[in-house]
Formats: sequence, structure tokens, C-alpha cells
Amino acid sequence: MDLNTVWFILIAVLYLGFFVLEGFDFGVGILLPFLGKTDQERRVIINTIGPHWDGNEVWLITAGGATFAAFPHWYATLFSGFYLPLFLILLALILRGVAFEFRSKDENPKWRTFWDWAIFGGSLVPALLFGVAFTNIMAGVPIDANMTYVGGFWNLLNPYALIGGLTSLLGFILHGAVFLSLKTDGEMMTRAQDAARKVWLPATLVLVVFIIATYFFTDVLQQLGINPGPIPIGAFFTMLAAGYFVYTRRSGWAFFMTTLTILFATATIFMILYPRVMVSSLDPAYSLTIYNAASSPYTLRVMSIIALIFVPIVLAYQAWSYWVFRKRITAKQELHY
Amino acid sequence: MSVLTLSQWQFAITSVYHFFFVPLTLGLSVLTAIMETIYVRSGQEVYKRMAKFWGTLFVINFAMGVVTGIVQEFQFGMNWSEYSRFVGDIFGAPLAIEALLAFFLESTFLGLWLFGWNKLSKGLHAFTMWMVALGSNISALWILIANSFMQHPVGYTLEGGRAVMTNFGALLTNPYVWTQFPHTVLSGFTTAAFFVAGISAYHLFRKNEEDLFRRSFNLAAVFGMISIFLVILVGHSQAQRMVQVQPMKMAAVEALWETENPASFSLFTIGDEKNLKDRFALRIPYLLSILAYNQPTGEVKGIRNLQAEYEQLYGPGYYVPSVFTAYWTFRIMVGSGFLMFALMAVALWFVLKNKPLAGTRFGKWLPFAIALPYLANSTGWILTEMGRQPWVVYGVMKTEQAFSPNLTPGMVLTTLILFTIVYGVLMAADIYLLAKYARKVPAEGEEQALQEAYAE
Repeated sequence: MDLNTVWFILIAVLYLGFFVLEGFDFGVGILLPFLGKTDQERRVIINTIGPHWDGNEVWLITAGGATFAAFPHWYATLFSGFYLPLFLILLALILRGVAFEFRSKDENPKWRTFWDWAIFGGSLVPALLFGVAFTNIMAGVPIDANMTYVGGFWNLLNPYALIGGLTSLLGFILHGAVFLSLKTDGEMMTRAQDAARKVWLPATLVLVVFIIATYFFTDVLQQLGINPGPIPIGAFFTMLAAGYFVYTRRSGWAFFMTTLTILFATATIFMILYPRVMVSSLDPAYSLTIYNAASSPYTLRVMSIIALIFVPIVLAYQAWSYWVFRKRITAKQELHY
Repeated sequence: MSVLTLSQWQFAITSVYHFFFVPLTLGLSVLTAIMETIYVRSGQEVYKRMAKFWGTLFVINFAMGVVTGIVQEFQFGMNWSEYSRFVGDIFGAPLAIEALLAFFLESTFLGLWLFGWNKLSKGLHAFTMWMVALGSNISALWILIANSFMQHPVGYTLEGGRAVMTNFGALLTNPYVWTQFPHTVLSGFTTAAFFVAGISAYHLFRKNEEDLFRRSFNLAAVFGMISIFLVILVGHSQAQRMVQVQPMKMAAVEALWETENPASFSLFTIGDEKNLKDRFALRIPYLLSILAYNQPTGEVKGIRNLQAEYEQLYGPGYYVPSVFTAYWTFRIMVGSGFLMFALMAVALWFVLKNKPLAGTRFGKWLPFAIALPYLANSTGWILTEMGRQPWVVYGVMKTEQAFSPNLTPGMVLTTLILFTIVYGVLMAADIYLLAKYARKVPAEGEEQALQEAYAE
């Protein structure tokens, strides 16, 4: 395996980590105004993701940095091409991040309500737009011979991409509801379980529509064949299993299954792409690949050595932090947020 | 306005705004970690309360630094795609390393610090704040390695219209890094020292919680004195480096139109930038040579000569940055620096003489001096970045070649306006909260009662 492929996989892994981890805190953020009736309840909800959301977001920042370092043309074409959606994502993440820190630091109910909606919107917009973005990357966007995106903003909001966005949005809400039912107790736990039950069916239906649409709008047949293999099929069956555990209120297993669904679904997107990183809808020859978009072999080698040393360390302390905060959050304990 | 100009404005606004929060993060994380370590080692409860008080202010500030930092990383691809393509091989690497080594560390351990008070042992809890401090400062190192490449490119060759990395080690040992990094980090330490000293003085003047704020003030005075002294020392060698690698920036800083040997230092100049000459100037002979070379003679190149030289070297074009900006930002930065030095000396004198601040004029006015490091930090970066113009990578790539060709002025104008509005609103909210929590007197025993209530 060459280093270009290694870095393609590594970036895929960073997005896998981002969607699985930030996926549930996006979901929790979207559910916040609906599941938290009193201020104390809302604080409990926010504190379930309190120690983690910031670390989860770093998976995205690292994915961005790794793309810049390993595939500068991918970074340049994607970020300048998807200028306005990315801007909206940035704005959402800014408001959301500040909101977590600010909302409980003042007693004024108007202040708190404002930041609660910032958390809601700040979670909803990226949850939707990341699906839209990746669907577009996979389906192809107008990229010319100079690797420059030549479509407009509305080009990105085509029906197929919107289905992709809806899929990620509902998937993250489900994932978040299940996470919340794992991290709370009493009535809040029941409420979160009920929310998961409500969201599961629409999320699954949209996923099915998305899978079917993917056969029409991408070259998945060419890339993976009529039988796409265990990973894409796994995404569908773990979603069904998640439903079973959601309905039987076994949140631990349900969370395991939604995690697998997100992992498999994201992996499928990267499998359909490989060895391309962005598909050009103008001419297949204009597509960006892990070769024509890459850094020099020297840079890839340097970066590989650094990743080899530090990725395990990062994984170790992130895992440790989840271990430290493994207990359920109750209204009785000292709440920071 | 063109996409280039609008993108420059956007970069300038978001960068200066981002760097409004970073320096305090660099220093206050260290101070908080020191306080908590003293608590762990001595067992004195007051140091725990100090760590919590200053830690709360740290976190309010940190949140703003983090969220605006994401914009900084993404904007290279969004607004400067041609730059990203040209130098991605070299510039992307430190950014990726920064995220991997620093961002994960600071965010994960800050989560542990905030939510781990009753879950981790005392020693381990103090350790988490040290990791936050380490992460923040490692982050500064890698972003400055990236920035130093733009200021003084090393370790690369040009291949097929792109800069290609040939020597990663050269990137790390870039001499520019090793003045810029200490200068920036120590400025951050100074910022935190003024922040802590100023707020402590505010409370001491009002006789709130004297024990807590006296100890905070003492710590800040010592920390601040060492930091500002080193900032000035390193700043001096940084200026000497600038004469070597960016002579045009130095010439602009001094409004030095003609090459001089020995060179004179400008005390006050009103320049005519169109014709590259003085309207009015008061200069001290020899001083610039002394500053540049530590001896009374030595050539410092002037703007006219450099312009001619660069036309020979790089072809026709205008290679002079805004002299007005360079000249005045430098003077504001250095002036604030020396004023901070003097103020910290007085603060330290209060500490050593064991004199109370309450009722003194110094104690009354010191809180306002918190503005000084912010002024110096901002003007310092404006000088660094605008003094480099018209280059985005000094001597290699011009800024006008760097922007994203697919953007329209309308798109950039939209994001520029919205960023400015949102940043403005957040700044107001942030200052409101900082002021609220800085003025809040941490009542003794409150903490204790709270913990007992939750302990059941």
C-alpha cells in the first residue's frame, strides 16, 4: 500500500471519528430545546456532552489539517468550492462552542434561552450540511481542468445532496438520543428513549431512500459492484439492529449499533470515492485523486512518522477521558455547564 | 472591491480578533496550573480557590480562542486556495501537526479539568491543567513554524510551479521561529500577568478577599516582570533578525528611504509615501546601527535602494509595504512594551516592600493597564503580517497570486460582514462575562457548602 492510500485511509478515519463522536453531541444539541423542559434539565443535557464536545470537534480540525498537509489540492478545491456552506458550518460551530461555555454563566432566562437556541442551530446546521457536502463530493460537482470548482452555491443544494443531508441529520439525532439515554437517569432517560423511538423510523426510511438514490446518482456500481460487500450492507443491518434495541430500551446496545451504522456509512462513502477524493461532473479526467491532489512523497513520509507516533497517544488519552466520565449525569451533582 | 482586497480584510479582521484571545490563553493556563500545583503541594485552600477563580476566567476566554481558531485554519482553503495549492506541501504539515499534537491535548484535558474536580485525585487534576498549558503553547509553536515559513521560507525547492518540502528539519530550525516563538509566547505570559495583576489590584483597592488577591498579585508581578523583560530582550534580537531576512520591513518600520551607514533611528517622522521621502523627520544618528548590529556602524538598507534591488531580482512591481502602518504599529508595540516594563517594576516594588495597594493611585489605575498588552499584541501582528506585503511568502509568492479564483466579491463581502457582526456580538458577550466574573468576589465557604450539598 502506498503512502497516498495510507493518508486517504487516515483522513477517512478522522471523519469516522468525527461523525461518531461529534455526531452524538450534534444530536444532543438538537434535542436540547425539546427534551429539556426546565433549566435544570437543560443543564443536565448539556453536561452529558460537557467534557467531550470540544475534543470531538478536534477530529474535524485535524481532518482539515491532514487534508491540507497530505492532499493540498483537495483541501484547496473543496474549501474554496464549498465556500458558503463551509462558512455556515463555521458560523454554526462558533456560536455553538461559545454557547456551551456562556449559557449557564448568567442567570437571566433570556440569556440562557438565546444560547440554548444557538446550541440547537449550531448543531443542526453542521449535522445537515456535512451530509450535503459528502453527498456532493461523492456524486460529483463541476470541477474544471485547473481543479477549480466552477459551480455556484445552489448547485450544491440538489435533491440527492439534500437527501444525504437529511440522512446525516436524522442519523445524528438518533445517535444523540441514544447517547442521552445512556448518560442520564430517571425521567430524562425515559424521555430520551422515547425520542430515539420516534426518530428511528424516519431515520431508517431516509437512509433507505439515500441508499437507493446513491445507485442512481453515483457510480457505486462501477466502484463496488452490484454486491457492495459487507461494510455497506452492514450499515443497513446495524440500523435495523439499532431499531430493535431502541424499542426494547437497551441503550448500551443501541448506541453500539448507531455507532456502527455511522462508521459503516461513512466508510462506504470513502469506498465509493477511492482512489478519487473529489469527483468532477464535467469530465472524469478532471477528478481529484489521491495522486494528483497529493503532497510530495517526502511530506507524506514525514507526516506518516509523526502520525504513527502521536495518533496512538491521542487515542489513549481521549479514551481515558471517556472512562473518567463514564457515569450517568444526575441533576443532583455539581454541574459545570 | 476585489476578491483579493476583501479576502485580505477578512483575514486581517479574523486574525486580529482570534489573536485577541490567544495570548491570555497561553499565559493564564500556566498561571492557573502554578496556583493549583501550589495548592496540591502546600494544601492551602486559598490556592485552590485561586485556581478556580482564574480558571473560570481562563475558560471564558479560551472558548473564544478555540472557536475563532477553526476559522483561521479553514480560511486558507476557502479564501486563499491558490496559496494552499502552492505551499500546501510545506504549510499544511505544521497545521496538521498542530491539530494532532496540541488541539487534542488542550481540549481533552480542559474537559478533564473542568468536569474532573471530584473525579480525579488532586495531583492528577493539577496535571490536567499543565497539559492544557502545554497544549496551548505547543499550538503556538507549530502555528509559528508555519508563519515563519511565510516570513522567511526555508527547507523547500520550487518544482512544477509549487513549493516542495525538502528538509523538514530546516523548517523546525528556521532561525526566524526561534525569535518569533519566544517573543509571542512571552507576550502571552505578559498579557496574563497584566490580566491577573490588574484584576487583583481592582479587588485589593476595594479590600475584597485580600489574602487571595494579594497572593495572585504577587505571583503575577514576579511572573510578569520576568516575562516582559524577556519579551523586550527577544524582541531586540527579532528586530536584528528582521534586518537580515526582511530588510524592507525594517526600512518601513524606520521610514528609512535611503541606505545609511551608520544608520539613524527615527524619533518622529511624517513621510511622503508617494515620493518615498520625508516631510518632517527627527532622527538620532548611529542609534539604528547600534540596535541592528550592537555597534555604531553597519549598513541598514533604505526603501528606495531595496525597491530598485527587488525590481532587478523579481521583475517590475512595487515592493514597499505601507510605511505608515509599519512605522506606527512598531512604535505603539514597543512603546507599550516599555510602559509595561515600568509598570511591572512598580508592581514588583510593591510586592518586595510589602506595601498594600489599597488606596494608592497605582492600585487604582493598574486595572486599565490590562489594555496595554492587547494593544502591543495586535499591533505586533499587524506589523508582522502587513510589513511582509506584497509577499504572502517572502520573496516567493505574492499575495495577489494567492486568493481563490472561483469566489465573487459578493460572496466574500457577505461572509466578511457576517463574520464581523457575529464576532462583534460575541466580543460584547465575552467582555460582559469576563467583567462579571472578574468583579465577582469569590466568597469564602461558598464552595465548601456547595460541595457538601452535592456530596449526598
